[in-house]
Amino acid sequence: MKELSLNILDIAQNSIKAKASLIGIHIKEEGDILSFEIVDDGCGMDQATVDRLVDPFYTTRTTRKVGLGIPFLKMAAEQTGGYVRVDSVSEKIDPQNKGTRVYAEFHKSSIDFTPMGDIVSTMVSLIQGADGMDFDFTYQTERGVCALSTMDMREVLGEEIPLSSPEVLVWARETMEESLSEIL
Amino acid sequence: MKSLAELAAIREKMKNTVNLREGDGKMRVVVGMATCGIAAGARPVLNAFVDQVASADLTDKVNVTQTGCIGICEYEPVVEVFEAGKEKVTYVKMTADKVAKVVEQHLKGGKPVAEYTIGNN
Repeated sequence: MKELSLNILDIAQNSIKAKASLIGIHIKEEGDILSFEIVDDGCGMDQATVDRLVDPFYTTRTTRKVGLGIPFLKMAAEQTGGYVRVDSVSEKIDPQNKGTRVYAEFHKSSIDFTPMGDIVSTMVSLIQGADGMDFDFTYQTERGVCALSTMDMREVLGEEIPLSSPEVLVWARETMEESLSEIL
Repeated sequence: MKSLAELAAIREKMKNTVNLREGDGKMRVVVGMATCGIAAGARPVLNAFVDQVASADLTDKVNVTQTGCIGICEYEPVVEVFEAGKEKVTYVKMTADKVAKVVEQHLKGGKPVAEYTIGNN
């Protein structure tokens, strides 16, 4: 992946597939560390599945025998001296607290640090593709926070206007671009 | 400064048009957005379709959606176009630049762009 924002898009697709109702994407830059977490309330996984996630020959897809989402992310983090951590609670074990959190940490000064890239396009793609789901996005730097919540948007739009309407997506894109330009 | 108030204005403007957008018989543009598609450049392709379908005023006629791995990872980014009563058209190795021609010639004009389809790649 050429941009960390593409890893984020890829990992968040797993939360969509896990039928989450709320997906949190929280990015933070503090000193030399860039970190993000993707946290969902989807079906979760048991520990045996979590342990196998880093194995490229483990996948839930049915069209190929390899799954590279988590391995790509792990490589991107570890090549900077960072790491990836996955915690999950399976709905079969604890339906009240089900969900998954993927956390990744990167060292920005590493020569192998992958730039964040177009995170706005990632968020617009996610909102476009997951109409029934909500996203809570924050990007925090030392200069401030950029936040976008589809729950706030839904409250204004009501039930009849879908979040995937092009007019709404343009608004989301421009809002995020404006607010990110102030903190990056 | 962008604000939620602008979103309320969008809502007012759209209220009367929304019903037209639901309903069957629409064309469906499906972009593969699994790891293979994303790594090959599916995100700009998806966003180009969303933007250009809107700017060509085709939102009443065309739905843009996403799917997982279609199974031909070496041809990614892959885009499938479904239309009732017609055979599925599979575009391969798509780029954002190629989207304009597909929108104009296929989604608007009804003629698939043969040079971008899987049969010719």
